[in-house]
Amino acid sequence: MKPSRNWIVVLAVVAALIGIRAFSGQGMGRVFVKAEPITVQVAADARMGTPAQSVSWTRWSAVPAKAYFAAERANPQQTEIQFSWARTMGLWLAAFLTLAIFSFMYRDNPAYRFAEAAIVGVSAAYWMTIGFWDTIVPKLLGSVWPNFVKANILPSLAEQSTVQVVAMWAALVLGIMLLMRLSSKGAWISMWPLAFIIGVTAGLKIVSHVESDLLQQSVATFKPLLALERGADGAVAMAPTVWLSLRNVLIVVGVLSCLTYFFFSVEHKGLVGRSARVGVWYLMITFGAAFGFTVMGRVALLAARVEFLFDDWLWLIDPSGKRVVETLSMVVG
Amino acid sequence: MSGFIKVLEGLDRRWIYLAMAISVAGPIIYIGLTGRTLPESATPAAEAVYNAIEELPARSRVLFSFDFDPGSGGELIPMATSLVHQCAARGHKMYFIALWPLGPQLIEDTIKRVITADYPHLKEGVDFVNFGYQAGNEAVMKVMLTDFVKAFPKTKTGDASAQVPMMEGVTRASDFPLLITISAGYPGAKEWVQYVVSSSGGKVKMVTGCTGVQTPQLYPYFPGQLAGMLGAIKGAAEYESLVNANLAKTSGDAKVQPKYQEAQRRMGPQLGAHLLMVALIVLGNIAYFAKRREGARASA
Amino acid sequence: MKRLVPLWIAIIAGFAMLLSAFLPATESLGETFGDVFNVVAAIAFVLGAGSLAKINLAKVSRKDQGWGYAVVTLVCFAITLLAGLGKIGVHPNPNFAALPWSGDKESEGGLFAWIYEYGLVPITATMFALLAFYVASAAFRAFRAKNVEAVLLLSTAFIVLLGRTFAGVVLTGWLPDWASGLRLENLSVYIMQVFNTAGNRAIIIGIALGVAATSLRILLGVDRSWMGSGDAK
Repeated sequence: MKPSRNWIVVLAVVAALIGIRAFSGQGMGRVFVKAEPITVQVAADARMGTPAQSVSWTRWSAVPAKAYFAAERANPQQTEIQFSWARTMGLWLAAFLTLAIFSFMYRDNPAYRFAEAAIVGVSAAYWMTIGFWDTIVPKLLGSVWPNFVKANILPSLAEQSTVQVVAMWAALVLGIMLLMRLSSKGAWISMWPLAFIIGVTAGLKIVSHVESDLLQQSVATFKPLLALERGADGAVAMAPTVWLSLRNVLIVVGVLSCLTYFFFSVEHKGLVGRSARVGVWYLMITFGAAFGFTVMGRVALLAARVEFLFDDWLWLIDPSGKRVVETLSMVVG
Repeated sequence: MSGFIKVLEGLDRRWIYLAMAISVAGPIIYIGLTGRTLPESATPAAEAVYNAIEELPARSRVLFSFDFDPGSGGELIPMATSLVHQCAARGHKMYFIALWPLGPQLIEDTIKRVITADYPHLKEGVDFVNFGYQAGNEAVMKVMLTDFVKAFPKTKTGDASAQVPMMEGVTRASDFPLLITISAGYPGAKEWVQYVVSSSGGKVKMVTGCTGVQTPQLYPYFPGQLAGMLGAIKGAAEYESLVNANLAKTSGDAKVQPKYQEAQRRMGPQLGAHLLMVALIVLGNIAYFAKRREGARASA
Repeated sequence: MKRLVPLWIAIIAGFAMLLSAFLPATESLGETFGDVFNVVAAIAFVLGAGSLAKINLAKVSRKDQGWGYAVVTLVCFAITLLAGLGKIGVHPNPNFAALPWSGDKESEGGLFAWIYEYGLVPITATMFALLAFYVASAAFRAFRAKNVEAVLLLSTAFIVLLGRTFAGVVLTGWLPDWASGLRLENLSVYIMQVFNTAGNRAIIIGIALGVAATSLRILLGVDRSWMGSGDAK
């Protein structure tokens, strides 16, 4: 059988299973929303020249499916909780994208490439939008163009000091220079804001790394090698003393031997060589632990995606009680 | 070479993927249908997180930093849920910020899931507030050290930070006796330790919930610069069970809502996948040594 | 001029941050520089987005291989940008209801929030989840107990993998109290608190020394490699 035919068979089986699931029991993959009418009385604003008015809109919030089922049972004519086409389509899109990414495990394919291309575009625009509304508008535009920002976006924004305004004008200039990187002719000017970024980062890092990682970590290493632990009666407790002392010794030996391994100015021979070898053992244990924890992390992420497919989309399980499948839980549990 | 070893040697990677999928999906379905979870006992690092929150007097200011995105949500969202749950139950004032652009959405989700749903008496601006995201990574921390409002001039909803009632008495980072960061990488727990905790002279205590990848890297800071740590989903499950058990004791209601057991449920697939990993490593080594022995025999 | 000015900008900015950590009188200077940095960082997002658009537009106009995917990228980029900057479907902040632009761009019901929930979340989360499969395959093919170092790495991984799940309790929970330190769950904690702490602490100290040295070279103008080729010393 050709690979393309394999794909058609697999997709047909999957589609048939989804079809069966969609039309059996409570169905699958639907999102419901609840309407909440909001009305706000806005006072007249003499400064802006706007009269008193009443502004209304409806806020739609997602609710668990069981809320919809309960509302329908109580009153089939109710309109407070409704089926949401937009969010249901979104849920199915999310399921498609999840499966598209997983499909890469079989081999590279157009569905995976589509999802990959989509996320690149979405991410870049998402980050830019967040940066614009959260930082550029309140800080930069709020300082250099305060009246406009207050009149249209953030009316309660505080007055900025002169220093702040000057600083933000400088930030604006640096920002424009940075954007010159997009032009081939003016790219050199972007070196100025880049220099500012490098300088600030270097100034910040030198203090933090020396204070936190060099000094405080060194202090944390050199604990008493004989750590006397006393019991409630004041006498030395043997077992805790031995364990704590052993722990402190192992940490001191470990840190020093690993540092010896990292020190390349002296040839790793004799005592230095033996110490470096112990350091390598410590590092191997460290990497083994890192591997174990990495596996743990990745599996948790996989479990979350599988839960999404089984719970939110297929409605096969209901661990958080979003639907009415208590009867099944009662039967099995 | 025996047939079994030959099969191992030529095993297509996709069979391994399938085995992983089954080892994760099987327990999820079982736990999803039965609601049963595995028992957890807390390690010192998770207990320290619980105690750090519990020891603070009620109405203390707790600064939450959501330094992750949905990519790490499987590990970190359960931690976020339980941490906010304990703080809300304890009556602390919660200040949320994010140094990752997608953090504010995760804050909103957590607020809805925990505070709006189970603590409706808590008021926005009085008991909790979401300041959203600010760009700049460590430089945001640097500004916060001296002027919090300058670093976060507005709330996520667009109100001026200085006018938020619960901001009374808050000028700088050291005005928060406890900092909780839920961290997936850079910037995250490590940077908070480096830039805020270490320079606060002991005024700011910090606990973290972090991903599995970060956990080993953060261990050297515990218990000195880090007062407590939830490492990966296991740390989340330990802490979750600790919070649930103690809240049940206080309230007298032993029934725990499923949303507060997310990490414990996830320990099921974790068990299946870890056993598979061990089996794969053993099988891979069996194939390796069998081949090596055969090579030695052939050359002899 | 093209190199001298950036060099001095870096030196002045760096020393301003450095001094602000030591002299209380210069604290506000460091704060202001930090704030400018934050705004420039936000503008860098605009640069990143612009750069992506530029590259993909060029791909489409040249009809490079796979240009169709560049179109997907550009369309998704444009829709997200429009949804976010235009606050499509977002209601105003109830405190300032007369201002249609006062609403939260990410509020529920808006197009931007829809893109986040049904586009961004599934793709990013699943991409990270994929690594679970690859790490399993890699473990099967590459984890070989070839020498002492590899055995140490493997044994630690085993203890952590088993000790951090219920398997540890099942396998070694029967050990008596006096030997409880050998239970897998306790052993994994001990490994993390002692051996892992020592190894990672050495790495942290090593990195700190490297970062401090590099930063100092930049602040003193000795390291100019960040300005590109030609001036590196």
